Amino acid sequence: MQKIQKKWFHHPTMFCLLVGHFFSAQANEFEVRGNIEIQGRFFYEDPLSASQHDNQLSMAAAPEFFWNWNDDRDSLEFVPSARVDQYDDERTHMDIRELSWVHVGDDWETRIGIRRDFWGVTEFQHLVDIVNQSDSVEDVDNEDKLGQPMINLSLVKDYGIFDIYVLPYFRERTFAGPEGRPGIPYVNTDRPIYESSEEENHVDIALRWSHSIDDIDVALSWFEGTSRAPILIPEIINVSDVELRPYYQQVSQLGIELQANLEASLLKLEMIHNQNNIEDYWALQGGIEYSQYGIFDSNADLGWLVEYAWDERGEDGDSTFQNDLFFGNRLALNDVDSTEVLFGLSYDLDHKSTTVLLEASKRVGENVKVSIDGRFFESDELDDPLFLFRRDDHIQLTVQYYY
Amino acid sequence: MKQLTKKLRVFTGVAFATTLLLSPLVNAGEAENKGLTISKETKERDLGWTDSKTELEMILKNQHGQTSTRKMRLKSIEQQNDGDKSLTVFDSPRDVKGTSFLSFSHLEGNDDQWLYLPALKRVKRISSRNKSGSFMGSEFSFEDLTSFEVEKYTYEYVKEEVVDGENCWVVIQFPTDKHSGYKKRIVWIDQSEYRTRKTEFYDRKDSLLKTLTFSGFNQYADKHWRPLKMEMINHQSGKSTILSYSGYELKTGLDNKDFNKNALKRAR
Repeated sequence: MQKIQKKWFHHPTMFCLLVGHFFSAQANEFEVRGNIEIQGRFFYEDPLSASQHDNQLSMAAAPEFFWNWNDDRDSLEFVPSARVDQYDDERTHMDIRELSWVHVGDDWETRIGIRRDFWGVTEFQHLVDIVNQSDSVEDVDNEDKLGQPMINLSLVKDYGIFDIYVLPYFRERTFAGPEGRPGIPYVNTDRPIYESSEEENHVDIALRWSHSIDDIDVALSWFEGTSRAPILIPEIINVSDVELRPYYQQVSQLGIELQANLEASLLKLEMIHNQNNIEDYWALQGGIEYSQYGIFDSNADLGWLVEYAWDERGEDGDSTFQNDLFFGNRLALNDVDSTEVLFGLSYDLDHKSTTVLLEASKRVGENVKVSIDGRFFESDELDDPLFLFRRDDHIQLTVQYYY
Repeated sequence: MKQLTKKLRVFTGVAFATTLLLSPLVNAGEAENKGLTISKETKERDLGWTDSKTELEMILKNQHGQTSTRKMRLKSIEQQNDGDKSLTVFDSPRDVKGTSFLSFSHLEGNDDQWLYLPALKRVKRISSRNKSGSFMGSEFSFEDLTSFEVEKYTYEYVKEEVVDGENCWVVIQFPTDKHSGYKKRIVWIDQSEYRTRKTEFYDRKDSLLKTLTFSGFNQYADKHWRPLKMEMINHQSGKSTILSYSGYELKTGLDNKDFNKNALKRAR
């Protein structure tokens, strides 16, 4: 017996297998990457509020730690993120973007922890996307999201992917502080109001079915819980001071996503029906993305985007995009440095106001990416939400180092 | 009698003219059949590879000789009566690390393609018309990298020629898809193993655009030949791209469920 044991242990194949497994597991197990950035914002008009500044510098970091084991069936991801801003105390903030364990089964997957998940198809506004809160201090485009605690079960069936989410904790939207720019210096994020007595501990539920049939992508979703978009309620503090308090409603929201690929065009539509205790409404965002490949006998690709936004509540509602037209161009040179230029314009047909966005980026060397962004706001009507940004035109320069 | 002679003369003339007209037609038909037969055999000899995994290094070189390297991993799975499915994950440059690309190619009609952008956690569909578009800034277009399917071309056999010491058949392939970036491709297929050794790409104006050469062939599972290196030279821009494969594995046990949007999201 002892002899057999000894044989087992010293058998070269067994030895190699154990050692090999150990080392290969080591090689696969852990990975670190991420980026560090320095950003400058340069404003060329006097600010609306005396507390705001003309130039604003900041630094940010987002390392990513990743472990996987059990032949890639289990993984753990940790992505903290932090920004330090020269003036804005609200923009100086930390967040855990991801801290989650993913387990992959045969035709199912569980994702437990803090995560980000995106729903939707359109480019200029993400109506359907509701799982995560926007990290609005990062950028006015609301593309940055805060990590959301969740238990997510995903089932892969022949008739599509089903996702079930339990979202046990609510994250408040971030807003620029009194010294932050662009921003609304009157928002007081320390005094939010919740419709639910459970406040941020209200447990939200979400469901989504998504499927691709040939050239068509379709998705239906349902959300039951605290609205991610707050209503800003003015409150008079004293004779000269007004502050805006974020009010978070309870909502039930149906989401519909449709995307069809016709030749060189992608037709996109997002629709929501939102039920709440103030005013139920429908809203939609839809349009077309047309791509030209290899323009002017070069490697460059040029995309054309046209979208329209509508909200049933109209001008009196809380949406910035109630009757707005969007136009955009995306130029990718497909060169060694991945040079890209994006131009976007939104025009409010009710308020006659315009926002222009310009983004240009390229790689420098192997690890550095440089971006120059411009944001320009044109608004003349007092009741237009954009009116508060009318002096906040700026150029933003970002240098990111990736490792 | 005179009339008969005339009739005969006309008849002979017609017959002669018919022969003259028909002979190249018959030859064209033969050339088409032979081209098709060779191409079918190329495809059939490689059937049954099931699935594959490989690492890829792409070296882009511009007209001034400056180079830039991209690294990626590629998984593919063979489909019965349909084009292959593939999942590509980019590892470098660092700013695109984690970006992944899912592609379902089809025998006829458009391919389905999605891109996963990790910074936005977003799965984005790509218009299927990108066939002629550049893949990651390289000299390879998307259509150069999709699987070869017999239905995607019509054929014309040209001649025999020696490439790398191997006797090759030279076949012209005309894309059936009107959105292809090419008027035609000329391929050199070796007679010993039906491996494509060289491909010339002609643009829509029928002028030579690119030449692709294959080298370092290895055989897997005693059947399937794969090149370790592919070099694409663009004659019009002076740029080139080298694609090197490493750690190539066949029949690794991948399943269709490794090629859906959930798999795309977690690929990294």
